[in-house]
Parts: sequence; structure tokens; C-alpha cells
Amino acid sequence: MGLESEIPVLTTTVEKMVQWARRSSIWPVTFGLACCAIEMMAMSCSRYDIARFGAEVFRGSPRQSDLMIVAGRLSRKMAPALRRIYDQMPEPKWVISMGACASIGGVFDNYALVQGVDQVVPVDVYVPGCPPRPESLIYGIVQLQAKIARQRLS
Amino acid sequence: MDSTTLLASLQEAVPAAALEPAPTVDLQTTVYAPREHVGALARALRDRTDLGFDFLAELTASDLWPREPRYEVVYILVSTVLRHRVRMKVRLPGEDAHLATVTGVWPAANWLEREVWDLFGIVFDGHPDPRRLLMPEDWDGYPLRKDYPVQIKLPVRATEPLQVTEQEFRANVEKDRLARRR
Repeated sequence: MGLESEIPVLTTTVEKMVQWARRSSIWPVTFGLACCAIEMMAMSCSRYDIARFGAEVFRGSPRQSDLMIVAGRLSRKMAPALRRIYDQMPEPKWVISMGACASIGGVFDNYALVQGVDQVVPVDVYVPGCPPRPESLIYGIVQLQAKIARQRLS
Repeated sequence: MDSTTLLASLQEAVPAAALEPAPTVDLQTTVYAPREHVGALARALRDRTDLGFDFLAELTASDLWPREPRYEVVYILVSTVLRHRVRMKVRLPGEDAHLATVTGVWPAANWLEREVWDLFGIVFDGHPDPRRLLMPEDWDGYPLRKDYPVQIKLPVRATEPLQVTEQEFRANVEKDRLARRR
């Protein structure tokens, strides 16, 4: 981007502008599975305030969302529902796997839980922790923003 | 009502059943009942005015593998009128683990029995809706059995079978389209 000194106009490329717009308004879908969701809620509230990064608008419908934060352990029976919600989200869409359970199964090494949600949906950012503190999740969202800023249009 | 009177009253209601008081830590009246008489005992526990157990608080099971008889089905009953409780246990052998349903006596037993069947594989004869409750419908095995391989790694399914047939789906879409046009 360049600022022309004479006239109050910013010049940029379409690609840069789209990247900026996408990364500045990541709307997550309301999808809390377990205790990680409590930290996710804390992140969206005033103390940690994810609104500073433009990602505070949790949508009740996957059709209005850009980001799915898989917050918690995913049971085998829930996996089709998660996939269906992911499929209903419009492109472009991203997934954050939040916490140990969502990423690798965590302490639940058993028949009932999916050992990593990347077996069900493609994951962009893994956030470690059990559960991750809100700062960690904010860091994950900033990482996702950096990733979106690198995504070429073509 | 103390344990002795309660057991005597229950024995009087169902003379054929060989009741056996069980030792407990918490001093709650506990009785072992034979599985053939579960239906009659349940009816007596609910309907006799001096017992009056109108509320099935819990129905669950435990697996004592490798001991035999292997399973114990536990009924925890509460009388909201007379304010007393009883715990009834039914021992079941490892092979051929089945007993009569009490859904007709306490409707609350419906889902509890489904859960016990789902997780322990104990069959409740005459259950009105014998489907799995917690596990996926096509699940193989009974996870709360002590000899179940808990850490098995099965491939994850990301789709589920359709809830409606294609014809039903198309009919629904068509109906919806006509409703919107109006």
C-alpha cells in the first residue's frame, strides 16, 4: 500500500485488500465441545477481548462463519455433525484445533474419541494446552491471520 | 421403615422369590433378588402401600469380571411419599445375561435399560424400544465390559447414513417449494 501525498487515497492491489479484509474479520462459528469452550468464551469477553483482532462475532450459523474453533474433545458420534457443520461453512474457511484433545486426543486414549480432528476436517492452526489459556488461543488466531495474509488469490 | 420390616413386607408380597439381604457400608437397605421375579418384585415395590416406591432413581449395572456371576444390575428406588429408599441388586451370569424389563412399572427405566444394554450388553426382555442410547447405532461390542479393548483405534467416520430416503427428501423439497410459492 502506498499513500499518495497529494490526494487522500490509498493505492493497493486487489489481492492485498482481500487478504486484509479476510484476516481482519474472521468470524468464528459458535462451536464449543467441552471445557476448552470456556476458555474460548473468556477469549471473546472483555478481559481478553478478541474484538481487538476483529474475530469477536461468534455466529450461530455456520453459513455466516469463516472459522471453526474445535474447542474440546470430539467423540466419534459427534464427528459426522462436525463434518456437516464444516461443510456448511462458505469458502474461504479455516479451522483451529484448540487444545490437546482436539489435536491428538489428549488424555482420552480410548474407543469413544477421535484421536485428532484432522482425521475429519483439515486443520490450519493447532493450539496446544489443556485447556489453552485465552492468550494462547489469541496467539493461534494471530497465527491464522498471518497465514491468511500469505494466501494468494490465484 | 427399617430393613427387616421392609424385607419381610417384600417377601410377603412375592413369597416365591428367594430374597437375600446384602451387607452394605452405607447402611442402606440392600437386597439381592433372583432375576426370575424382578417383574413381580418391581410391581410389589411400587404398588404395596407400605412400600410405595414410586420413583426409580437409578438403574445401572456393574461388571465383576472375571468373577461369576458376572453382572449385577442395581435398582435404586425412592418412595417420595414414605421417604425411604431401597437398593435392589440382581446377579446375572456372564453368558446368557438377560432379565425382565421394568419399563411397565417405572417408565423412567426405558432409557436406563437402554443405556445398560448399550454399555454392558445385558438384554432386557420385553423392552419397548431396544436401541442403543449412547454409542452409534452400528457399534460393535459393549464398551463398559471389563474385557472390552478400550484403546482400540477404529477408522473415523465423518458421515452418517441418511435419516430420510431420497424420495422423502425430494418430496420434502417439493413441498417446501410449493409452500414458498403461495
